[in-house]
Amino acid sequence: MPLDVLIVDDSAAIRKILQRVLRQAEVGVREVYEASDGLEALEALKKHKVHLVLADVNMPNMNGMQLLAHLKSTAEWQQLPVIMVTTEGSQSKVMEAVQLGAAGYIRKPFSAEQIKDKVSSLF
Amino acid sequence: MDQELIVRAVAAATQEVFSTMLAAEARQQAPYAERIPNVSDGVVAFIGLAGPWTGAGMLSCSPTLACRLASQLLMADYSEAEGVSEEVLDAVAEIANMVIGNVKNLLEEELGPMGMSIPTVIFGRNFTTRSVAQGEWIVTPFDCAGERLEVRLCLAPCREAAPVRHGFHSADYVAL
Repeated sequence: MPLDVLIVDDSAAIRKILQRVLRQAEVGVREVYEASDGLEALEALKKHKVHLVLADVNMPNMNGMQLLAHLKSTAEWQQLPVIMVTTEGSQSKVMEAVQLGAAGYIRKPFSAEQIKDKVSSLF
Repeated sequence: MDQELIVRAVAAATQEVFSTMLAAEARQQAPYAERIPNVSDGVVAFIGLAGPWTGAGMLSCSPTLACRLASQLLMADYSEAEGVSEEVLDAVAEIANMVIGNVKNLLEEELGPMGMSIPTVIFGRNFTTRSVAQGEWIVTPFDCAGERLEVRLCLAPCREAAPVRHGFHSADYVAL
């Protein structure tokens, strides 16, 4: 299945790296959309139907946990897999993400293999 | 605050970021402490830390190294001759975010949970840095293929543990 993915991170550098990793991972990525915070992500999701979201945690305006909670409480996006990609590595943050319904939690710095393996495991 | 604990955490975090994201080596040099951050030129990224312990982390390097790190992180050519672009500053900010974020993760095991601000990055010459934070800055220098990278951390116990706030609220300023 061709995958359309939304990358949500306030760092343009990380968005660029994740886009490259996804395209080189041979996991069937078709379109990659970008947003720099949770609010932009919601706008992007209204315009584009995607199969996967990769989201940072620490972002301005609406952070990744708030975005995750919003998506999981909205019928339209409840089943949309969200992988958190973040420097926040504390057990409490991981547990919070899992309880909110995250499909995965990848800590920065990450390797291309970690991203590829996690995405492959979901599709 | 155990300075060795900070240096170990900074070394582990920096070397992990360099090996995983930059395919490069950062060789740790002898650490030292200073009352006032001795940084007046180049590219500097700041991140505030808050919780039962509060303070800031700082990553600084020359424009040459900043361009090289950005090139390695983004797999593109950022030449110093073309100037330090926004992409270069963004790359340095993200490297600082990963380094200080992982230092925070390691220190939280000993010091309790801390919140972290979004990075602020500065590029310039002949600026003055001051801090009203209590305590010393622990400086851990690294040799990166002949260029110097410095990671500074200043942490002091918070008199009254404040709730974690998001956004930059470090007790530091830079006069340009």
